[in-house]
Amino acid sequence: MSIDLAQFHRTFFEECFEGIDLMERDLLRMGGGPGGETVNAVFRAAHSIKGGAATFGFAAIASFTHHMETLLDQMRSGTRAISDPAVDLLLRATDALRSLLAAARDGEPLDTARVAGAQAALEAFLGAADAPESTAVAVPAVEQAYLIRFVPAPDLFRSGNDPLLILRELATLGTLETRLDLDTAPAFAECDAESCHMAWSLRLLSSHSRAELQEVFAWVEGSCELDIRLESAAAPPAAVATTGPAVHAVAAPTPRPGEHTVGDGGSIRVGTDKIDALMNLVGELIITQAMLAQLAGALDPVLNEKLLAGLSQLDRNTRLLQEAVMSTRMLPIDSVFSRFPRLVRDLAAKLGKQVRLTTVGESTELDKSVIEKISDPLNHLVRNSLDHGIESPEARSAAGKDAVGTVTLKAAHQGDNILVEVCDDGRGLDRARILAKAREQGIACTDAMSDAEVWQLIFAPGFSTADRVTDVSGRGVGMDVVKKNIAALGGSVELHSSAGRGSRTVIRLPLTLAILDGMSVGVSGEIFILPLSAVIESLQPQAEQVKRVVHQGTVVRVRNEYLPLVDLRQWFGLSGKSRPLHEAIAVIVESEGRKLALQVDELVGQQQVVIKSLEANYRRIRGVSGATILGDGRVSLILDVGAIVRLFSQAQAA
Amino acid sequence: MSRILAVDDSSSMRQMVAFTLSSAGFDVVEAPDGAVALALAQKEKFGLVLADVNMPNMDGISLVRALRSLPEYKFTPLLMLTTESGPEKKQEGKAAGATGWLVKPFNPEQLLNTVKRVLG
Repeated sequence: MSIDLAQFHRTFFEECFEGIDLMERDLLRMGGGPGGETVNAVFRAAHSIKGGAATFGFAAIASFTHHMETLLDQMRSGTRAISDPAVDLLLRATDALRSLLAAARDGEPLDTARVAGAQAALEAFLGAADAPESTAVAVPAVEQAYLIRFVPAPDLFRSGNDPLLILRELATLGTLETRLDLDTAPAFAECDAESCHMAWSLRLLSSHSRAELQEVFAWVEGSCELDIRLESAAAPPAAVATTGPAVHAVAAPTPRPGEHTVGDGGSIRVGTDKIDALMNLVGELIITQAMLAQLAGALDPVLNEKLLAGLSQLDRNTRLLQEAVMSTRMLPIDSVFSRFPRLVRDLAAKLGKQVRLTTVGESTELDKSVIEKISDPLNHLVRNSLDHGIESPEARSAAGKDAVGTVTLKAAHQGDNILVEVCDDGRGLDRARILAKAREQGIACTDAMSDAEVWQLIFAPGFSTADRVTDVSGRGVGMDVVKKNIAALGGSVELHSSAGRGSRTVIRLPLTLAILDGMSVGVSGEIFILPLSAVIESLQPQAEQVKRVVHQGTVVRVRNEYLPLVDLRQWFGLSGKSRPLHEAIAVIVESEGRKLALQVDELVGQQQVVIKSLEANYRRIRGVSGATILGDGRVSLILDVGAIVRLFSQAQAA
Repeated sequence: MSRILAVDDSSSMRQMVAFTLSSAGFDVVEAPDGAVALALAQKEKFGLVLADVNMPNMDGISLVRALRSLPEYKFTPLLMLTTESGPEKKQEGKAAGATGWLVKPFNPEQLLNTVKRVLG
């Protein structure tokens, strides 16, 4: 039978990379302390990779992992201490292993220097005493006659072995003559069907070596008397008495009928394209459902009672289906967080700082596509915290703080949003310095700006407060890119800071990129969708609440706060005349710490909308993040509140 | 013919074992660790159990010991899939009640030969 092992390679690589991630995480956790279950887990991961690599024909990976396994085995058995050098070496080895695997998987050129370096370091550390096992090569031999005496112990069946199967195996090695010896058997009445009362005298004509013959009995070694000798050299064979029919105790009980259990679910791997297609279909279903709901609104509820009941059930099931499909795309954020211990460790060493990383809420689940895109921004924020936030141990001690700084990664659900935070207990943001730098770089700012507005300056393109460019962070292509990436995910970034106590960056992300909870508003007969997460409140302003301010347009006073008012009709250049303000509605929205009142004609309702990309179907429009199809089939634009707030303040500043 | 239970925490190994055996006409059930395997084996009597040694949530040796103590598995072939070529693990496995072992790495042919050997 020939089976192509290549079909298992994909799974093998996936599980190897998972194993490496796990090893890396646990190695970082081990740092000096007693290993226990952690070192066992790392050992198991290395062991699995080695076993798989050998099975699937990746000899270089198997031999490399063998060294790691040996070192880990010594560490878990206690013959070698879990020391920092050993952990460092293993971390280095995981990097090399990763490139070995990537090379094997993608056919990329291998970073041979790194692999060879890591391997040499491992070998040197192990003291080169760990030579690979050699296998004996069988020498072809002439046919010889062996005499074999085989007396199984009475409990042989209890290990699941069967003497007949062993004899059958032996027969494949040559010409076998068997003679059953029942001398040792008790009287028939006393026979115990579960015990083996038989013995054999065998003569085998074979060209195989004695070691190969012994191999056949390997499983029953210790559970039998075995004597193998060459006939020529042998004493006359032990007297063989009666030759009787073979009595074979029937061992295996028959399986109970009617029991046919299927293996517990476990998991299957599915391509993301399939899930995306499913999600897309659910989106279409939601649109259809909304359409039906709208049509049903016009029906007589008494005459169409059954139809309406059916529709409300459809509504419920559509929602459940949507949630179920969405949940298949969800991954715990741990898959991103788990990369940071390594980064923080390496960076802290490079910067001469002492930093502790803590993570909270690792099990919080996020859409897979969000997870993939959140990694770079987080990376940037953590680097910033280490480089600019956390002070040197001396400075911290002088300020009466713990010499070891703390960086915390947090994730939590909040309604339909996910909050991801990067906090540090460093020196915090320096208001005066940020303002000075902003002026220097020609970014519009005033001393009267609130703290929140000053922090937003950091997100301006090209902004950097670092006095010198380090290779850790601060090349000036920083926070604006972070912000842009987060905005592309439909999220927002907020900064909080307290001088000398640290800073906190809060990233707010939608649960999924495909569906949005929206508020639909009517302007000039058009329907626009505002993301519900950006809406604070809506009100009908009284005449005395509205004021015209020179150079600032109209403002509306809401709870002692004057907010700029933007008329969406003018903004989008729609036809028709604006209603007088006291007949219109002001929807208060917030983005990046800034509030704005949007003037609309009416509030239509709240609904979930399926986001369709405008960019993919038309082109990018400033102030619009996407489009959706309404229940009646009309296309409605989804407003990008962040962009509107930004565009508005730019227009003001100009 | 009763089914075969393949236990390994590595899904690629499990896939390989399951594919090889099912291609040869055997009916295979997979389990990712000893604890799951034991639960499955208590629900259904398998004709053969192939178990990896190093696994989380109950290793192969504990699994063999637990299975052998069940009346239904008193005489059932229980094979260990082991990378240890040294005698300690094999002896430990034997003492726990394993029928025999298959040393990793093995190819599909070796696997099939061993399985056919114990199933007769």
